[in-house]
Amino acid sequence: MTHPSHPRINSDLLRPLLQTSWRFYLLVALFGSIVVAALASWMTQMYLGFGISGIRWPVYWGFYVTSFVFWIGISHAGTLISAILRLVNAGWRRPVTRCAEVITVFALMIGAMFPIIHLGRPWLAFWLFPYPSERQIWPNFRSPLVWDFFAINTYLAGSVLFLLLPMIPDFAVVRDKSTGLRRRIYGILALGWRGTTKQWHRLETAMQIMAVAIIPVAVSVHTVVSFDFSMAPVPMWQSTIFGPYFVAGAIFSGIAALLIAMAVLRRFLHLERYLHPVHFENLGKLLLVMALLWGYFVFNERLVVYYGNEPSEMAVFWRTQRESFAPLYWTMVVCNFVVPLVLMGIRWFRTITGCVIASACVVVGMWLERFLIIVPSLGHKYLPYSYGIYRPQPVEIIIAGSTFAAMALLYVLFAKVVPIISIWELKAGEHTPPDLIPPATEEHPLGELHL
Amino acid sequence: MAKWGMAADLDRCTGCGACVTACHAENNISTVGADQASRGRAKHWIRVERYWEGEFPDVRVTFRPVMCQHCENAPCEPVCPTYASHHTEDGLNAQVYNRCIGTRYCANACPYNVRFFDFFNPSWDKPLHLQLNPDVSLREVGVMEKCTFCVQRIKAVTIQAKAEERTPADGEINPACAQACPAKALVFGDLDDPESAVSRLSRSSRGSKLLEDRGTEPKVTYLSRQS
Repeated sequence: MTHPSHPRINSDLLRPLLQTSWRFYLLVALFGSIVVAALASWMTQMYLGFGISGIRWPVYWGFYVTSFVFWIGISHAGTLISAILRLVNAGWRRPVTRCAEVITVFALMIGAMFPIIHLGRPWLAFWLFPYPSERQIWPNFRSPLVWDFFAINTYLAGSVLFLLLPMIPDFAVVRDKSTGLRRRIYGILALGWRGTTKQWHRLETAMQIMAVAIIPVAVSVHTVVSFDFSMAPVPMWQSTIFGPYFVAGAIFSGIAALLIAMAVLRRFLHLERYLHPVHFENLGKLLLVMALLWGYFVFNERLVVYYGNEPSEMAVFWRTQRESFAPLYWTMVVCNFVVPLVLMGIRWFRTITGCVIASACVVVGMWLERFLIIVPSLGHKYLPYSYGIYRPQPVEIIIAGSTFAAMALLYVLFAKVVPIISIWELKAGEHTPPDLIPPATEEHPLGELHL
Repeated sequence: MAKWGMAADLDRCTGCGACVTACHAENNISTVGADQASRGRAKHWIRVERYWEGEFPDVRVTFRPVMCQHCENAPCEPVCPTYASHHTEDGLNAQVYNRCIGTRYCANACPYNVRFFDFFNPSWDKPLHLQLNPDVSLREVGVMEKCTFCVQRIKAVTIQAKAEERTPADGEINPACAQACPAKALVFGDLDDPESAVSRLSRSSRGSKLLEDRGTEPKVTYLSRQS
């Protein structure tokens, strides 16, 4: 692989910022209108009443909570993966980290909307916040929903920091390359970055600290999300495996989202010189590992329930395994296990196209997984008299579907204002001046290993 | 402090549904119409579950009135993020409508599915709108509601009794369902008073709790059918 020169890196990676084509406006208009339609749907739901959704007795959680869990899962793409890759000093991570961290921040923002959208009275969502109220009422700290509030906010704050810190030197590059108002704005964002040894050292130290700190936070977030289910006495929810099962699924869907985002960026921003097939291949191997792990967890969860043979759990078990939810269930198994295993397991298929196909399947499969955890259990809870069937209504389908447009919109806008590949990290990866880079980031042979 | 509970004698229950109607009238539970009811939006704080046993023609129908079981160890209470669902001193499982933000988590956690969500603002077909009970608040869209053991009646009697410096007599407090039951299948009272009718029935060898193995410790005892 040939390395582009430094001026070349600057011009290639800054081009999306400095030049705007009609395609940008078209994409923003397209995705923006979908997001506006979703906001209008939400307003309609608030105005007419929650009854226009398909939520019903006893299936009180549906598409909204599915989307919540799904997007919080996608958010594990970034920060966690890039933190791990930074810590093991994998050299190939350099062009990938920022794409990944951006997914985290935006997916969290989208996911965190859903606990509010799904509320019966969303205008009172602030009652979940621990603020000193004149009535001296605090939120109920025993409720997993309040844990969610803290976990998600911690992760959001952490991943925003993790995203912003390595952007400082790049803001400085943009500042130096631009004029006028843009120069002023990026000058403020660059926080007075001059590129002195001391500044580089501090940045590296801060990144090391953040990389270590963000991993337990990321793991805790999806564990806490899984507690929303495993803490309630609902058949097939009360499972001790849910914490790691959810975290594994989250990383799995996160890698898939990252692969899709990278392929799209590579195609549309012409980053072929930076995002090489080897990046896709390495992430594809990670996807394969996570597919195996996911299969292991599902097998575990299912076998224990089957062997336990508890009547109420078996009702849900058969409902997903071979009754009304079976088509969705087996689609999920094919999407999450069979397809990634075949495409990522065989070297010949581990191309960029192969990775994108596998990732698209995984995204679909993981969405189905979240849905199949939530809805069949709620519709089949203990007393046969109160069994119920959930049918999503247009408002839910629009809002759940629009999240993908929202993600795309935020991504397009972000790629417009920030270099989507970390310029300084890429340059540092080329040849490392010993006085600039502290020992912690010296290239480790592990990064060059072609497993 | 009393501990309110109920006994439901399945031998006496004829499945007539008078309790359901009385409950709707007493507690200002809005009717939703046939269309919404078919979409799972009906709110019956008490319902009569109907089960068939055996194969046709050897079939037997059994009824079970199910209302909030007012569990001692209620799964709906810890999961509520705003304390809208909480335990009162006299053992009632209370729902503060004004504090509810509608996460519906309590309804998911409830093994009995006796919690109901207000999908729309309440409305009544004429002339039902003229018979609203002034002692019971109306619930706006987006909150959960459920059986209260007619807390307004409990309060009215206990406050009156306190003013007269006595304790409420057994049978003095009657929720609407128990009052309306023509077969006297539902008996309400103080479980802390060992001599009360509900205590005696709860100790019956016919007695059992609904989904007892969930460990929720319900305060409603079902007396099994003998015929």
